[in-house]
Amino acid sequence: MEPFKCHSCLVPIFLVIVGCHGYINYLAIRLPLQGERPPPGSPWPQPKQWQQSPDLLTIDPIKFQFTSDTDCDIITKAFERYHSLIFGYKGLWVAEDKPTLPGLEVVISSKTCGKYPSLSMDESYSLVINNTATLTATEVWGFLRGLETFSQLVYDNQGELLINKTSITDVPRFPYRGSHLDTARHYIPIPVLKQNLDAMSYNKLNVFHWHIVDDQSFPFVSKTFPKLSEKGAYSKLHLYTPEAVADIIEYARLRGIRVIPEFDTPGHTASWGIAYQELLTTCWANGKPGVAIYNKHAEHEILDPTKNFTYEFLGQFFKEVSEVFPDEYLHMGMDEGYYYCWFSNPNITEFMTEQGFGKDYFKLEQYYSERVLGMISDLDKKYIIWQDPVENGAQVRNDSIVTIWKGGYSDWRRYMESVSSKGYYTILSSCWYLNYLTYPPAWRQFYSCDPLDFTGSQAAKDRVLGGQTCLWAEFVDGTNLLTRMWPSASAAAERLWSPAEVRDNDTAYFRLDQQRCRMLRRGIPTEPLLGGYCGDYEWGFEKDEPQLESTERPTTCINTSTCLLSISHYQLLCVVLVLSYLLNSCK
Amino acid sequence: MPQSYSSQSMTNNVDAATFKFSVVNEAIFSCTVLQEAFKRYEPLIFGRRPETLYFHSQARRNVGVSGDIDELVVQLGKPCNDVDAPSLQSDESYKLTVQNGQAMLSANELWGVIRGLETFSQIVYQSPTGGMVVNNTVISDFPRFNHRGVMLDTSRHYVSKKTILKNLDAMTQNKYNVFHWHIVDDPSFPYQSANFPELSQKGAYDPETHVYTQSDIQEIIEYARLRGIRVVPEFDSPGHTQSWGKGRPDLLTKCYSGSSPNGQFGPVDPSNNATFTFLKQFFMEVGNAFPDKYIHLGGDEVSFACWQSNPDVQAFVKRMGYSDYSQVEQYYMQQLLDIVGGLGKGYQIWQEVIDNGAKVQADTVVEVWKAGWEDEMNKVTKLGYKTLLATCWYLNYISYGSDWTKYYGCEPYNFPGTEDQKKLIQGGETCMWGEYVDDTNLMSRLWPRASAVAERLWSAQSVSNVQEATPRFIEHRCRMVGRGFPAEPINGPGFCREEYIVD
Repeated sequence: MEPFKCHSCLVPIFLVIVGCHGYINYLAIRLPLQGERPPPGSPWPQPKQWQQSPDLLTIDPIKFQFTSDTDCDIITKAFERYHSLIFGYKGLWVAEDKPTLPGLEVVISSKTCGKYPSLSMDESYSLVINNTATLTATEVWGFLRGLETFSQLVYDNQGELLINKTSITDVPRFPYRGSHLDTARHYIPIPVLKQNLDAMSYNKLNVFHWHIVDDQSFPFVSKTFPKLSEKGAYSKLHLYTPEAVADIIEYARLRGIRVIPEFDTPGHTASWGIAYQELLTTCWANGKPGVAIYNKHAEHEILDPTKNFTYEFLGQFFKEVSEVFPDEYLHMGMDEGYYYCWFSNPNITEFMTEQGFGKDYFKLEQYYSERVLGMISDLDKKYIIWQDPVENGAQVRNDSIVTIWKGGYSDWRRYMESVSSKGYYTILSSCWYLNYLTYPPAWRQFYSCDPLDFTGSQAAKDRVLGGQTCLWAEFVDGTNLLTRMWPSASAAAERLWSPAEVRDNDTAYFRLDQQRCRMLRRGIPTEPLLGGYCGDYEWGFEKDEPQLESTERPTTCINTSTCLLSISHYQLLCVVLVLSYLLNSCK
Repeated sequence: MPQSYSSQSMTNNVDAATFKFSVVNEAIFSCTVLQEAFKRYEPLIFGRRPETLYFHSQARRNVGVSGDIDELVVQLGKPCNDVDAPSLQSDESYKLTVQNGQAMLSANELWGVIRGLETFSQIVYQSPTGGMVVNNTVISDFPRFNHRGVMLDTSRHYVSKKTILKNLDAMTQNKYNVFHWHIVDDPSFPYQSANFPELSQKGAYDPETHVYTQSDIQEIIEYARLRGIRVVPEFDSPGHTQSWGKGRPDLLTKCYSGSSPNGQFGPVDPSNNATFTFLKQFFMEVGNAFPDKYIHLGGDEVSFACWQSNPDVQAFVKRMGYSDYSQVEQYYMQQLLDIVGGLGKGYQIWQEVIDNGAKVQADTVVEVWKAGWEDEMNKVTKLGYKTLLATCWYLNYISYGSDWTKYYGCEPYNFPGTEDQKKLIQGGETCMWGEYVDDTNLMSRLWPRASAVAERLWSAQSVSNVQEATPRFIEHRCRMVGRGFPAEPINGPGFCREEYIVD
């Protein structure tokens, strides 16, 4: 007889009772998991302030009401979406022994309905769940984040919908929390882009950085220059038509997600050149134009910065782009501008001499970027660029936002230090190149990378606007995009939203697993973090139809066996387990 | 790539409206496997999706058309019946001839027809004018190895029946012929036993949703049989059995700290006779549930620490006069092998069983999985056992980039050994352990990487040039995508004419 051991045997029973919805398992029996399992209904990313009372309320899906003091399409549509996210599956019962939460009342203190999300949007909110529930936000964007949190607080325990009395005050740590997709190396079908936007909203990410074209293909259909995609897309089936782009922007807007397109120049433009070869620099070899040198340059590559045609073309093109994409920012790319082709071309050499650039090709790059960024400014847009021009010594406009992408997880700091000390705003992506596969998965790295963890002045740190994951598509398409992205991107999402102090990997593991299972339930194929399972629903199981009728559990007791059934499963399981432990372990 | 393949530029039109399969002397040579295969392959040949079904070519009679194929004539060498099941000895060879409007597929056994139909479905393609065509072709084909397996682990994560079936389809497209089902392990016990229901009742992740019922299993076996795929279940012991202990705590060794049990359990307890009584009944059931001649008995990664701590096992060791705990493992495996052998079954085992010196039946198939496989293959074949290679093909280990070339380049004969030793190599297996894999990512992680292994195991040893294989590999991936499998891109940027559509 060992009373202490008996006590420890009760731990699994406790777990059954709380019914958390993710059940990750040890990798090997010798390697038990560390950290604390969170209560069910734990939000991801973790709110700034989160107080949970043990008091439970229940929810009746049929009677539950969302109400708002502000008339707004974003709010109305969000209510529809979240109603099905929270209640959209069968077998949900009201817990009869608990008070019922009648609804969620939404208060938008600005009383206005926003149009498009922006860098300066207010995403803060507060959420109080007592005998009634109130979600208060200044702007509709904070409402969206708060509604997501609310939906995560609700959980089902053996079919009973429960929520703890809770008080949350929340605000994101960084205003820019992005997810980047590359739709040029492989085409990503529209439904997958939409699923990814859904998944972003479940993780409070707010920027879709759409690296829409590149060397390999030009799927964006331009009305001004339709030949770009006619010639440059993989096929007629591999296109983003104006309608499709508008559809994506609207889909994102309703979720409080900005769509920032990237038309990368002057490099990464081979697909532009299929229709408009004159845009590209003719590379020379052995005294001849249009000759490639393997691994140095192609026959034609990188935009020709010396021709007026280039700027005239780009002027018209970006005018269209600035009208198609409503966000105040465009991503202008400007990474990896390899100079070999420029070196080889005698016209460019001559131009350099005329301009007094000597042999400093970065001055040519600077010349190009100044002209193009000036053009964007004139279109009343702001811009984001990759770090390369700044690193090459080019002076770009000082209100540019610079995306740090080099250095990987271990060596990004020096780039951040150098760029932010020059006075530019920055976004970190180096830590979050999700396309680089590792075994086992590297979510802890993604989770622990902190964009402010570099040496720099307060002013430099204040200029860090956030970060983004990148999923370059050399080895990614519709078959594997979502599984490669999630839940890795969730790890980055919490880093970018939650306070810096929320950083305990071991404990986050369980909460992240809960989030993964929640995402599965919502239709995102989120891959596993470790062995284990997700309660009664897994990917691949038949999807439930929502129930439309009664939410009362059948309770008629005709004989003992039906009476037993009227006890909730977990109570029964609990009794069985207690008995078996008493019999087995304590004798 | 078939063993012998010659194709000419003359093409034959294949029109979906008139095309049919026919069987020579159908009265004797007809059975479910054939009829079901014909049903499956018609849509596979002519396109899965309505928008691609534009094979009523308006531009028939192209230059260089040598005829219209209205039927594929199937000739079987011996009568078939509905109890035929594939085995390690199955004859999968076939001959396929397409010549001037005539198409003939002949094979000795059903299983050759299945392989040949797959090949036929791959050589029919859409011409630039839209019609389906097939070039004049002569193929004589047979597998290099008889055992070409895919192992799935359904214990670390549960894999739904739907995905298992879909994976069997993908295997067929790659001419795999063994589904090695690592059905239970430490984390969970999803096999629902008819005689010992408590095993899954307590040991499954969820006793209702995360189990394979007897009828699920029969459905999977039949589905596999129709595709010429054997289902070899693995019930790994004496290690990897934590989940068995949930339902039958007395089966496992209680680990001790000092003089008292510490609440942990180790491998199966070999000192208790009840263990073997149970195992006999259990494996009798398994033997009936899985009709294949072979059962995989595992036997890998046994840790001795718990046995060493347990006084009953200590007493057992003393009583048996053992000097070493590996002898305990040897004893256990010997008992188990004798039980299963006594049921008339053959067994497949992981290499440790042989490394520990157990005596096994002559027809045992030993699976080599550890690093240093070359020496191990040499050792096991020297002892005269049939051998499988798995070491090179642990596809759960993912890495960035085109890693399929590594799997493609692994040659099972590359070990020191005589010709006779090499003849003992039965083939190999692709393993997908389930630590980080479930229904969300299983298919995209397995395919098309497993296709590289499939060619290594089917085609001639000389077919090994990566550069030559690459365009075929890319085409094959798109062919899989076109048939609805989420086979991931693995050769850098590009596209498939038909991209994957999420279900």
